[in-house]
Amino acid sequence: MARDAVAEVARVGREVARAAARAVDAEGRFPAETLAALKACGALGAAVPAELGGGGLGLGALAESCTALAQHCASSAMILAMHHIQVASLADHRDGSREIDAYLRRVAAEQRLIASVTSEVGPGGDMRRSVAAIAEDGARFSLKKQATTISYGREADDLLLTVRRHAGASPHDQVLVLLLAGEYVLTPTGAWDALGMRGTCSIPAVVEGGGAPWQVLATPFGDVAAQSMVPVSHVLWASCWLGIAIDAVAIARAKLRGEARARAGTLPPEAARLAETGAKLQLLRSEVSAATADCARMRAAGDRDALASLGTALRMNDLKLSASRLAVDIVGEALGVCGIAGYRNDSPYSIGRHLRDVLSAPLMIQNQRLLETNAGLWMVGKGEA
Amino acid sequence: MSEKSIALRVRRVAAQCAQLSQLGVDLDSVRDEDSLYEAGMSSRASVNLMLGLEGEFDIEFPDRLLRRDVFESIASIASAIESLLRS
Repeated sequence: MARDAVAEVARVGREVARAAARAVDAEGRFPAETLAALKACGALGAAVPAELGGGGLGLGALAESCTALAQHCASSAMILAMHHIQVASLADHRDGSREIDAYLRRVAAEQRLIASVTSEVGPGGDMRRSVAAIAEDGARFSLKKQATTISYGREADDLLLTVRRHAGASPHDQVLVLLLAGEYVLTPTGAWDALGMRGTCSIPAVVEGGGAPWQVLATPFGDVAAQSMVPVSHVLWASCWLGIAIDAVAIARAKLRGEARARAGTLPPEAARLAETGAKLQLLRSEVSAATADCARMRAAGDRDALASLGTALRMNDLKLSASRLAVDIVGEALGVCGIAGYRNDSPYSIGRHLRDVLSAPLMIQNQRLLETNAGLWMVGKGEA
Repeated sequence: MSEKSIALRVRRVAAQCAQLSQLGVDLDSVRDEDSLYEAGMSSRASVNLMLGLEGEFDIEFPDRLLRRDVFESIASIASAIESLLRS
């Protein structure tokens, strides 16, 4: 079952995403055809528990499908990853809520796409602070939030937002709120014209809407973040970067193979560089798969304490730091192997999009900030785990 | 040492290490049971607090206690320290 689901996403990558990737990048547009194909094979329900009609895939299979898709279109893979992160956060913390169960059933049945609204004008990317707050209005609530970036905000069906619990709450007293299509208005306040990941359409926008009390998650956001959102994000993001690196190395190999065949008997001078890059790619694969396995084990066991432990925070930050650096290195080296053919946008061996896409990796949560956090964790951790 | 007196010392260390005053939060307004995270303690500040507490009580928190919920409030920290000092 999980095998088939991963294979289906890989097929969508090969047959749909690859053909569209160049136009998606050049025009900075949403990969609509890829998302339509993903919906057609039920991929948006992959992280919904099986008892709610979803794919019930574990983290390992979700990670593999992101890697498979990222080899063809990194923007599409990052959109799928971000959607899975929202679904996993809801599924992990439904805590017996019949309404959230019913909503997740709809996600699987209707293949609803969920976008994340954690950033905000003021706190910026610090998702552990909010300005916007819930306003109680009789049996319903309302809210208004000015977000700095909402990836695929215009294209998503539903939104998952961080806000303060009530008007008098501290900026850190946050909850997650689900807004449903038709019950909110999203007004873009700018465009997304970025170096890479151009298909994610991560626009700034104002969101205004409301809903019923069940749409406010009971679990405090700090716990959802520590137990679900942060570890799942790091695993799925790194899986996307791995996919970009795999494809860049495949292109470099194809380029050299052509030359080696043309001059049979002599290896191209860049072949040794490719071998070095291949070894680095193996390191990246190992780190992503080991960290994914660690995290998947804790999730499968439902071990929320272990997921929220400092040891896990350190482990996941390490994954983010290593994977983002290695992926950027590998893609840069693949460009070196391809030479001018890799530098050109109009060559079959172009590495331009890969390089621009992967350069987002060190910036999605600045590596410098993670290093400072890890420095403290090293001081206090005992290395027993 | 009673949990009450431990809690007082935890509060003193938290006032120095939890970096709440720079957010304009007066620790005196945070009760022992209140969430320090909700009051604004960041995960980085919580690490400072752990190090400060290890110095103050001359203890080492084992990795199994280095969890978000253990450092949630002055009361939860005091109870963890009390159990460490007892064992």
